[in-house]
Amino acid sequence: MTVLVLLDHADTGELRATAPELVALARTLGDPVEGVWVGAAPLPAQLPSGLSRVHRVAVAHDEHLAAVVSEAVAAVVDATAASAVLLAATFENKDVAARLGALHGAGVVTDADAVSLELGHVVAGKTVLAGTWTTRVEVVAPLAAVLVKAGAAEAAAPDGVPTVVEHTVAPSYVGGLVEVVERTERAGTGRPDLASAQTVIVGGRGTQGDFGPLEELADVLGAAIGATRVATDEGWIAREAQVGQTGVTVSPRLYIGAGVSGAVHHRGGMQAAGTIVAVNDDPDAPIFEIADYGVVGDLFTVLPQVTAELRRLRG
Amino acid sequence: MRIVVAVKHVPDIQAERGLGPDGRMVRDGGDGTLNEVDENAVEAALVVAEAAGDAEVIALTMGPDDAVDAARRALQMGAHRAVHVLDEAAAGSDALGTAHVLAAAVQRIAQDGPVDLVVTGMAATDGLTSLVPAALAAELGMASLTLAVDITVAGGRVTVRRELDHADETLRAALPALVSVSDRANEARYPNFAGIMAARTKPVTVWSLADLGVDPGSVGSAGARTRILSAAPRPAREDRVLVTDTGDAGVKLAAYLVEHKLA
Repeated sequence: MTVLVLLDHADTGELRATAPELVALARTLGDPVEGVWVGAAPLPAQLPSGLSRVHRVAVAHDEHLAAVVSEAVAAVVDATAASAVLLAATFENKDVAARLGALHGAGVVTDADAVSLELGHVVAGKTVLAGTWTTRVEVVAPLAAVLVKAGAAEAAAPDGVPTVVEHTVAPSYVGGLVEVVERTERAGTGRPDLASAQTVIVGGRGTQGDFGPLEELADVLGAAIGATRVATDEGWIAREAQVGQTGVTVSPRLYIGAGVSGAVHHRGGMQAAGTIVAVNDDPDAPIFEIADYGVVGDLFTVLPQVTAELRRLRG
Repeated sequence: MRIVVAVKHVPDIQAERGLGPDGRMVRDGGDGTLNEVDENAVEAALVVAEAAGDAEVIALTMGPDDAVDAARRALQMGAHRAVHVLDEAAAGSDALGTAHVLAAAVQRIAQDGPVDLVVTGMAATDGLTSLVPAALAAELGMASLTLAVDITVAGGRVTVRRELDHADETLRAALPALVSVSDRANEARYPNFAGIMAARTKPVTVWSLADLGVDPGSVGSAGARTRILSAAPRPAREDRVLVTDTGDAGVKLAAYLVEHKLA
């Protein structure tokens, strides 16, 4: 069974952190595993090991549009008779997968944290209802498109670039419907990607806009920094740091909420975390209902003490 | 200008939510509500309509009897009329089945006059797949501009700004087009008394799948391309600790993190 992996990348050609995880996961699902590279960005010198081939698809319209990417992926599906496509679970890729479903008959599962092959069918595991239920979902269509959450598998090690197969997708009606007037890619923050980080520290209202103690602890833990809706609305931190149902969904090994009350919208984006730590001076904060380790206290005292103690323990 | 805004009735996220033995959302809890970000979609539709002047906003929903409450809320906010697709055969539709039915309903609405804009929320708080907007646009052959945080309609074109994980974008398309709206797009208005009273007499059209010419076998549980094999509540977190800081809580927390190999 041929499994395709959409290789998300920056305009510079730099591979997104999720791509090597998807390749590793795809290897457990079928053989061969082949990559799909959409657009004109240069292929990196190394790609995740385990790819038999890479399909580079030249497109006639803006390669950032979901309609264009889905046409490119569909062309490779047709060329390879692939049975499954794995995509990173970003909002852009959800649009891509939705179009593969609506126009190419794919069965789609979003936000999977596991994928396996059972009796010839792709089965995905996912948590639903704000991380409170776990489900296993079988794709009964001949083509499965599975959007996989960051951290679902150990990343495949880098390797050389395998055989590259060139494809060209002709201009299409839908591909030309939307014009990208402006697009600005943001540079990285120097921290791990929020969606895929193993440790996430989130600041809420209780920070009063001072993320300094969170930043220092993040330096020690190698953590990503996130925020609640309140903190982004206040302009204390960039919008893309928002963790929650309409922001980034995180499921790190360790979540630390500092001054986070734990509103239901926020819980929906983090409740699947492995271990939840909360520091809040309000003993009635709802986040304590789901915290594995809760500290009722002042984050401006407690966090620096954690940072100092961890530094001390590490000598 | 005619605008269709798709709205969904979902279990209240503040209430206890669960899945039935068939893996489907339990929808008879009685504490359903209009999906929150759909309020932003209705607001966006109303703002565009108000700017355009002579415009009609049609709220479209699909689901069991209760689902009409979502459309009713849109009417209270200011939508002019509503369409409710009500058919037992549509129950158990996955996101793609839902999009297929909604597309048929939009096309049916368009038989009475062209639809210029379709507006949806970016996600529903029950399934959270975010698949319906793009699938609906694909079915309709419309331009798809999703995750909008800012929407402008002028000169027969719609322009949206959106903020993605790695980039900010401005997209533009000629109408007709579909826009999905983020909860950051606007502050949804709260229905006032006059709006609530007016909504009581606004028409709600009920259509079956047959009315829409949709093959019942292509949607609902029968047509779903995904099947839930198992669903279980996650086990409760065990060995939970709650301490009140008396001066050394940071030291204890650091020890906890090290002990559990988290630091």
